[in-house]
Amino acid sequence: MKTLIEHLRVLRFTLQRLLLAPNATLLNILIIGIALSLPVGGYVLLKSVQALGAQIAGTPQISVFLASGTGVGDIERIGDRLKQHAAIKRIEFVPRETALKKMQQSTGLSDIIGGLSQNPLPDAFVIHPKDSSVASLEALRDELKTWQRFEHVQLDSAWVHKLEALLDFGRMAVIILAVLLSFALVAITFNTIRLQILTRREEIEVAKLIGATDAFIRRPFLYFGLTQGLLGGVAAWLLISASLLLLNHTLSALAQLYASDFSLQGLTTGDSLTLLGFSAYLGWLGAWFSVSQHLWQIEPR
Amino acid sequence: MIRFNQVCKRYPGGHEALKNLSFDIAEGEMVYLTGHSGAGKSTLLKLVAAIERPSSGGVLVKGQNIRSIKPAAIPALRRNIGLIFQDHKLLFDRSAFDNVMLPLQICGFDHREAGKRVRAALDKVGLLEREKANPIALSGGEQQRLCIARAIVNRPTILLADEPTGNLDTEYSNEIMNIFKSFHQVGVTLLISTHDEGILRQFPARALHLRKGELQAHSTGSGQATDETTSHSTRPSNDKGQVAGYSTSSGQA
Repeated sequence: MKTLIEHLRVLRFTLQRLLLAPNATLLNILIIGIALSLPVGGYVLLKSVQALGAQIAGTPQISVFLASGTGVGDIERIGDRLKQHAAIKRIEFVPRETALKKMQQSTGLSDIIGGLSQNPLPDAFVIHPKDSSVASLEALRDELKTWQRFEHVQLDSAWVHKLEALLDFGRMAVIILAVLLSFALVAITFNTIRLQILTRREEIEVAKLIGATDAFIRRPFLYFGLTQGLLGGVAAWLLISASLLLLNHTLSALAQLYASDFSLQGLTTGDSLTLLGFSAYLGWLGAWFSVSQHLWQIEPR
Repeated sequence: MIRFNQVCKRYPGGHEALKNLSFDIAEGEMVYLTGHSGAGKSTLLKLVAAIERPSSGGVLVKGQNIRSIKPAAIPALRRNIGLIFQDHKLLFDRSAFDNVMLPLQICGFDHREAGKRVRAALDKVGLLEREKANPIALSGGEQQRLCIARAIVNRPTILLADEPTGNLDTEYSNEIMNIFKSFHQVGVTLLISTHDEGILRQFPARALHLRKGELQAHSTGSGQATDETTSHSTRPSNDKGQVAGYSTSSGQA
């Protein structure tokens, strides 16, 4: 109870001090907020693109488009041969009429397609390979390319792999950014607390003279760092949320053109709590480093 | 309560502030520390409050050896010692009330109980009406009394005062000495450094006289201070300055 009262007192004192210099406080919080919002924004972007990729890609497949004018007999023969191939798990035949209908439904190009005098699409096989590694997929594709009556062989998953690689790259960039800016946050807090310790040197000295423990002297600074970090996290959250609102507004117009409902996903509750917790922790850490670095230098003489 | 046993204090650079000091101060005793500036009075007080550590010899305060005390044990020791500084060391970013509140906050006192104690301490030094004032608005004498209020609010068993009447006129000095006398009456151990001979005459008590870091002599107050000054000028160094004997004060209230 006694400790709780003491902690509440320090918290009130900390808030008072934050309000005492509102401009400096606001500036610090904004800097921390912006620094945090960069990696968090990158994370949000990656998450949305990744979800889009997963939605479209599924498992890797190879599409084989037959030359136009291939007869029904030929199609059956090719189908049997494909089924017997050791590297192929399952095949699907997509007749050109079905393909046209699907296209009309899914892409919103029905106006254009309805205006066509004849079906421009070829018959196609969709091949599900047994092994989905890039090397074996490419080998299979190259083999199929040599077959007769195959006009075009397309490895559908190729772009997914490229996207994956790109996402990996993006993830690494976000991690590096996050680490660097975390250091920046710690450094900002470190410096703020250092200045505070210097300006409150006298108070610290007097407190030590009348029997304050190190924990007592450290506490308000740690609270300050923690609170500042937390408010910086809130600022980052607000920046991200506002940006997403603006971006999604313009993005929905863009996505409509592609007949997609793609939008950037906001931060989940878990994400938000992690962000706030992490920023508060970094603020505390910066304050702790600063206090342990500078407090021992102030000894009453 | 306080025991010095062959204490030396050398500062880095070779300056020897205290040389081979031995004396005892009993519980509830009031003792003056006299001598010119630079004689080592402040250093001696700093040793008692564990602000400095002795270079050699033993300093025992309430049974704790200052020479080997662990840093973590210092706060608890200091809570038992009220420190009164010549330069007051008041904080000008808060009211008189909050200045006196600080020691109680450090001890984690209940807020309401602490408020009562702060007012009692302010009342004791006659500053109850000025509780909301910023210390900077107080006169020198009032600042000194505020410093005393802060030192006693935690009810320490030892009071150390470094030139408490340093730059005050006689009237203020007497006020402050009367306050000290009342603490002495309730059993607080007092060690007061001063070079104010008027005080020594008016409030006689045992005195430890320092000269260039050595303990020169003791006196029992009344009239002795002047004798000592003359005796020192004619007798620059008596044997090794290890005088540890003393007599009881004649004029204690």
